[in-house]
Amino acid sequence: MSDDGTILDISALRLRRGLREVLRGVTMRVRRGELVALMGLSGGGKTTVLRAVAALEPFDGGTIDVGGVVLRAGALPPRSVAKELRKRVGMVFQLHSLFEHLTVLENVTLAPIQVAHVPAAAARARATELLESLGVAHRASALPRELSGGEAQRVAIARAMAMEPPLLLMDEPTASLDPARRGELGETLVELTRGGRTLVVTTHDDDFARAFAQRAVILADGEVVEEGEARAVLTNPRHPATRRLLQG
Amino acid sequence: MFWPLLFLLATADQPVFRWGGDAEGGAPFVEADPRDPAKLRGFDVEVAGEIAKGLGKRPEFVQVAFADIDQSVQRGDFEIGMSGVEDTPARRRALAATIPYFEFHEVLTVREADRGRFKSLADLRGHRVGTLGGTIAYEILLAAEKANGVVCISYDDDVHPYSDLREGRLDAVLLDNIIAARSMRRTPGLTTQPVPVAMGHYIGVLATGNTKLRDQIDDILRSRMRDGTLERIYRKWGIWDSYQPAFFAGVLAAQKPREEAPPSTDRKKVILAYVPALLSASVVTIVLSCFAMALAIAVGVLIASGRVYGNALVRGALTTYVEIVRGTPVLLQLFVLYYGLSAVIRLPAFLAALLGLGLNYAAYESEIYRGALESVPRGQLEAARTLGLSELQVLRLVRGPQAFRFALPPMTNDFVALLKDSSLVSVITVVELTKQTQIFAANIGSWVVPGAMCAALYLALSLPLSRLAGVLERRWKAATE
Repeated sequence: MSDDGTILDISALRLRRGLREVLRGVTMRVRRGELVALMGLSGGGKTTVLRAVAALEPFDGGTIDVGGVVLRAGALPPRSVAKELRKRVGMVFQLHSLFEHLTVLENVTLAPIQVAHVPAAAARARATELLESLGVAHRASALPRELSGGEAQRVAIARAMAMEPPLLLMDEPTASLDPARRGELGETLVELTRGGRTLVVTTHDDDFARAFAQRAVILADGEVVEEGEARAVLTNPRHPATRRLLQG
Repeated sequence: MFWPLLFLLATADQPVFRWGGDAEGGAPFVEADPRDPAKLRGFDVEVAGEIAKGLGKRPEFVQVAFADIDQSVQRGDFEIGMSGVEDTPARRRALAATIPYFEFHEVLTVREADRGRFKSLADLRGHRVGTLGGTIAYEILLAAEKANGVVCISYDDDVHPYSDLREGRLDAVLLDNIIAARSMRRTPGLTTQPVPVAMGHYIGVLATGNTKLRDQIDDILRSRMRDGTLERIYRKWGIWDSYQPAFFAGVLAAQKPREEAPPSTDRKKVILAYVPALLSASVVTIVLSCFAMALAIAVGVLIASGRVYGNALVRGALTTYVEIVRGTPVLLQLFVLYYGLSAVIRLPAFLAALLGLGLNYAAYESEIYRGALESVPRGQLEAARTLGLSELQVLRLVRGPQAFRFALPPMTNDFVALLKDSSLVSVITVVELTKQTQIFAANIGSWVVPGAMCAALYLALSLPLSRLAGVLERRWKAATE
């Protein structure tokens, strides 16, 4: 971890899919305890940035430094590096991707038991605590298919939080929620940052970003076109892409 | 120079006399002429030729598997079946049989080294004795199993018993002296005991109602015995021996020694007597199928994992295995495992059957599992990876369990198919349900009752299985939809 409190340092990140350049040199920094909204129109590369940071996708140029674990261009990192990375980064997917064959409680305890080797009883207690704090403890024995969109999302957050990663990536968490639920989610996320956790959240929703994010980073055509304090950037946009985003 | 043409015209005009036999039986019965494989030769070919000539017809050969001659003649595929067909009471009951035309002896063949040790069936207690299934020799061995404690091994052909004898899978073979003599020429290191175990006759068989033609044929056979034609044929094929003159004299002296259709009360008893044998054969079928399926699942999982996760070399090797196994008949694979490899490793029959079926089905299972693994959504795998699970853990805890529910319905299908394919292992001497039914049918001369009982047993095995699979399927479906 750098001395200035940077937990995520992305530098000149380039990523190509076939002939298309999805990311053309993305550079951004996130400090510990921040809630950063990564914004932009669809196809701008927001999700790809998260996937690269989570080492789900190899990239073609630049570096990603997550609290001292450095990912470089080329193939996906070896198991030893990936293992260190996983301790630092958790991810909540847009479609939640809860394990369909496991109950809510089993979804949350799987990694603590299998990866962190926490005793099963302790893992269950901790999972129940997490589910309680997120308001879904009553669904502990339900299967993912039985959950509403909002419930599934909170379970997915609990599942990622159970491994206590200092950095949590969330892909479009507001997409499947109605405005009232978005507010609840925002408060939950702010609550998480109070304990020193860092969140990078992709979203289309500028109201949400203005209300809850400290900083906004705007991506357009694979580049960062504007960034700064969320309320300022989203109230007085300077770049045309940001303006288009606010009109949409 | 017109002769060949005239001959052709003459033969083309002549009515045809169809006779059925098994050319796989080989010399001296019926075999393809090595100089012209389109032509047949053998003493049965010549006897059939004499009969056709006597009837003023042109002989035409119909190929039929040896074990099916009776059923085939009954349904009218040909007029007479005759290639080493044995005279048995069951045959005489079920079909119109001719007078016997050759006398043979059931003889015991052993390895040279055992010449002094195994002189009769009584010396073979606890030893394995092979023969051709559905023959008189087989009946004798079954009786000896009870009386002398020999272990009877049934074969579908008369070549492999002798090669297995040489290799030590058997300690003796009981079969016709003609077959024994031929096999000793082919297989060195064997010897035949001089004292015959039993005597028997070859006959021709016709469909039940066909007695008029049968009587005509009997007259032709008698006249050929009298005028020395049969002796000439037998001498030519080296099967004329000291027993034949007395046998001929006896046949010619006999006054129509016909024993037709005995009372049917007898039949009921015979059928009941086979029930325990069928039940124990079903046990062989179910045990073999379960073990083979377990092996198929285990190997199938390994192959599928290798094809999904392995490097190019592993993937190539496994793909080759799957293609070869799926692209060749399981019957051939069983033969290769049991007989082909016997010079290298001598597998017991049941183990060879289990390996053959299991490794064959593994190829099919692996394709099911590969498809199932690949149909688990990528998001599930990525979610597991971001939580820190290793690839092996992802497979074991997330991908595998989810793939299993995709794989379950086709797996059930395969298990039912395997249950039925297990009947193929009779070619390597394992007597399972279908083989036992064939033996049953051959002995009572009808397929109706044995066929129905066999079908009922297979259904009794497969229906609960389909039911169980249905329940599991519903449970998983309910849990995931």
